[in-house]
Amino acid sequence: MAIEKFPIEAGHIMMFARAIGDDNPIYYDDEYARTTDSGAVIAPPTFVQSSAQFDPDYFLRPKIGEEWFGSAKGPTGLTKKPESSGGLHAEQHFEYHRQLKAGDVLTATVIPGETWEKQGRRGGKLTFVESITEFRNQNGDLVVTARGVGVRTERPADSTTKES
Amino acid sequence: MALKVSELTVGDVHEEEVVRNLSRTQIVQYAGASGDYNPLHTDEIFTTQLAGYPSVFAHGMLSMGATGKMLTNWLGDGRLTKYGVRFTAQVWPGDTLVAKATITGLREENGQQLMDLEVSTTNEAGLEVIKGTATARIDP
Repeated sequence: MAIEKFPIEAGHIMMFARAIGDDNPIYYDDEYARTTDSGAVIAPPTFVQSSAQFDPDYFLRPKIGEEWFGSAKGPTGLTKKPESSGGLHAEQHFEYHRQLKAGDVLTATVIPGETWEKQGRRGGKLTFVESITEFRNQNGDLVVTARGVGVRTERPADSTTKES
Repeated sequence: MALKVSELTVGDVHEEEVVRNLSRTQIVQYAGASGDYNPLHTDEIFTTQLAGYPSVFAHGMLSMGATGKMLTNWLGDGRLTKYGVRFTAQVWPGDTLVAKATITGLREENGQQLMDLEVSTTNEAGLEVIKGTATARIDP
């Protein structure tokens, strides 16, 4: 997976900050932001996660004209047997190299990481998959390095299994 | 208003309530902003009837983002050099989260003062939902 163009837009930052419950004016007030060290509206530390919006193939976004595995009239909109829901997010790590500002345009390159297995607390194998994403700005400078770890369970979840 | 090394001690703790009575609507907001539309977070029918969970639950990244608010409110903006977490338990609608940072180290690297932190976010039952670390630039 790669993202060719991830524009850092002020309106998107504002919505993201609202969603994490952060009312810091540096995320929406341009006039205020100009008086700060950064001199511009900046993005919150976890903002690059929203690069999913600009990944054309991101599998957790409904695609126009395709069936979606979430509910429709029944519990799934799929007409065939549903597959896995894609596992759960186990870890996320960020390294910050430069301040991410509104107006920047990033690209993202994904480097596959390691894969390892562990026995779950309630039996069943857990498979962990790591991926590393490098976000670079319009000048080619590294801005953020993100390392994510996802986990898949061998068995479907049940209400007594909480292995996230 | 940046933090100064002279005013900090290893073991110092800063904490802040970052989510109160988490609503399904806030989870929907996070789905919309982040682009992660996994129905496990917003679609009660899919999540309970098909996936077999007791209800929808928050994106781990919503909790990490809210925990990040505690860090930036304390450290100031643009100060983090590293921030990483493990998601140790799920966060459910109605949860109230308190995020806590503890100073584990104060050091200098290439002439820059750095502070290392242990990060922990717990729900109203005291269960840890986020466990992580962070490093920030501070002033001399």
